[in-house]
Amino acid sequence: MAEIALEHITKRYGDGYEAVKDLNLDVADGEFMILVGPSGCGKSTALRMVAGLEDITDGELKIGGQVVNDKTPKDRDIAMVFQNYALYPHMTVRENMGFALKLARTPKAEIDQKVNEAARILDLEQHLERKPANLSGGQRQRVAMGRAIVRNPSAFLMDEPLSNLDAKLRVQMRAEISRIQQRLETTTLYVTHDQTEALTLGDRIAVLRAGVLQQVGAPMELYNRPKNLFVAGFIGSPAMNFLPAHIDGDVVKLPIGDVHIPDALRARLEAGPGGGHNGVIAGLRPDDFEDAALVQDKGTGTTFRTKIDVLESMGSEFYAYFTVEAEQVTAQELQELAEEAGTTDLPGQEGTQVVARLESASKVRQGQEIELWFNADYLHLFDPENGLSLLAE
Amino acid sequence: MSLRTRQRTGWSMAFVVVIVVSLVPVFWLLMLSLKTPESATDGSFIPHHWTLHNYRDIFNQSVFTSALRNSIGIGLISTALAVLLASSAAYAIARLNFPGKQTILAVALMVTLFPQVSLVGPLYNLWRQVGLFNTWPGLIIPYLTFALPLAIFVLSTFFREIPWELEQAAQIDGATPFQAFTKVIAPLAAPGLATTFIIVFLICWNDFVFAISLTATNAAETVPAAIAQFPGVSQFTQPIGDIAAAAIVVTVPVMVLVLLFQRRIVAGLTAGAVKG
Repeated sequence: MAEIALEHITKRYGDGYEAVKDLNLDVADGEFMILVGPSGCGKSTALRMVAGLEDITDGELKIGGQVVNDKTPKDRDIAMVFQNYALYPHMTVRENMGFALKLARTPKAEIDQKVNEAARILDLEQHLERKPANLSGGQRQRVAMGRAIVRNPSAFLMDEPLSNLDAKLRVQMRAEISRIQQRLETTTLYVTHDQTEALTLGDRIAVLRAGVLQQVGAPMELYNRPKNLFVAGFIGSPAMNFLPAHIDGDVVKLPIGDVHIPDALRARLEAGPGGGHNGVIAGLRPDDFEDAALVQDKGTGTTFRTKIDVLESMGSEFYAYFTVEAEQVTAQELQELAEEAGTTDLPGQEGTQVVARLESASKVRQGQEIELWFNADYLHLFDPENGLSLLAE
Repeated sequence: MSLRTRQRTGWSMAFVVVIVVSLVPVFWLLMLSLKTPESATDGSFIPHHWTLHNYRDIFNQSVFTSALRNSIGIGLISTALAVLLASSAAYAIARLNFPGKQTILAVALMVTLFPQVSLVGPLYNLWRQVGLFNTWPGLIIPYLTFALPLAIFVLSTFFREIPWELEQAAQIDGATPFQAFTKVIAPLAAPGLATTFIIVFLICWNDFVFAISLTATNAAETVPAAIAQFPGVSQFTQPIGDIAAAAIVVTVPVMVLVLLFQRRIVAGLTAGAVKG
């Protein structure tokens, strides 16, 4: 058991490219920390530096209070689960899981006992004498987990361990990993590009963009109080809607209508960094919309009429897409997110598409005009100049 | 008859024809080697008098036994050197990024396509000047020049298939770089090395052009060259039985080897061609 501390960690390659820039991150003992970000944001590089597979250019890495910059992976007492599992194809499952212990000259009886114990936890007992080639993807993934577990290391490092599984199995293994981590209470650093995985698994999440740490916090903190456009756009599915807006006294003028600023929001806005005099970018989560007919207390919200272009039924809820007559907001951060999602080259459309999540009780029909309600308490406001949130935390 | 079964019979017949055409000469050679010298040219396929006389004969001739020794020695040394050097080169090509990597592979491929005959003349003169004519190194060096590029080519495709992330997994598991190599990488590379060894050995073993031109006596003559120089009973008789017996002796071990490893050899020759 140990805490991991990254202090001003920087990775610079020979050609001057900085993959990780001045990263500061504390992972508490027993904590499940997620490193998340789009591909190429430096999250894997950061993890590999912690593992010792990649040299640290600058800064200090401490595991359990000890500086380990110059230690080899074998002296760091960490276990890693690789994206493609990296199982030894010429060894049986038992040998794979016991390899580290065998290298450490653990007595055979103890190896057997530990491997059997891990196999029991992971439900691999009947596969112990098989080779990895004869296992399914999910079983291989569990063997990779088992290899990490048997060593009882001071930290687990996981590099997108679920990305090679199909969707259903991924959800199942996600719960499994969460269960194992809670049971073993081992400090875990987990890399993923999937924000759903990040939200569901992590005690805390660190969002990286182009090697720079954007925000660290509990899942709900990142969801409700994103510090900038990038975090706001990255966390949440469907993603947050962004609309151009103006603040005019007590009112935010949105393309869907005027929204009176609720008191709580006003207080946060006043305590915020200021700015946004030439217009702001408003962020509206799909969850904060509702079919006006279903809302009893319209309170601080605002209602507006719109035509639903596309209606997706998810069973438990609807995703309603409608178009707002407004220029699409442009910001560096949002551009990057669009590129990551591959939506930059979608056919151009008039106005901005907005998605709302509606209760399944709604009577909404595709192509119909409907009255929607938006909860202004959860409005997000960003400075278009630097992408930072205008709201204090 | 449905189209499928008709297709299958068609293919089966084609296979039978190919197999017969390629195996009949070997079988014929075997039959020849079991005939008495007098009946060698009697025109019958099956010997009238079965005998092992020819085999006893060749093993009693120092020409053949020394040639066999030369063949095995030169073949093994050339192959071992080629595999050793090629594996370092292939390792670098598969694992490291350096300028000219593709060029090295392209040049290697070019060398294997080079016509050997065109080198024999110059080499003959050169070897006599420097004293390598009719010596083991005199054959080992030219064999290396052709075996090395092929070995590099085959091994680099093999090495490219090894998941090198395993090396890192082993490091994380607490292995030293040496342990990571011996316990994880080497067992994975072994089949590739063995296949390359066999392929290269066959090239050296079967070579005739260099062997006949660059050797003259028992000191370095290999079997293919020696067979061509077998003395007849008199200067007017061809030692057909002896030649056949010698050919069988050098062919059968090679055939057994190839049959045993055929799956791996095919994999080696086509490795990387299709992503499996």
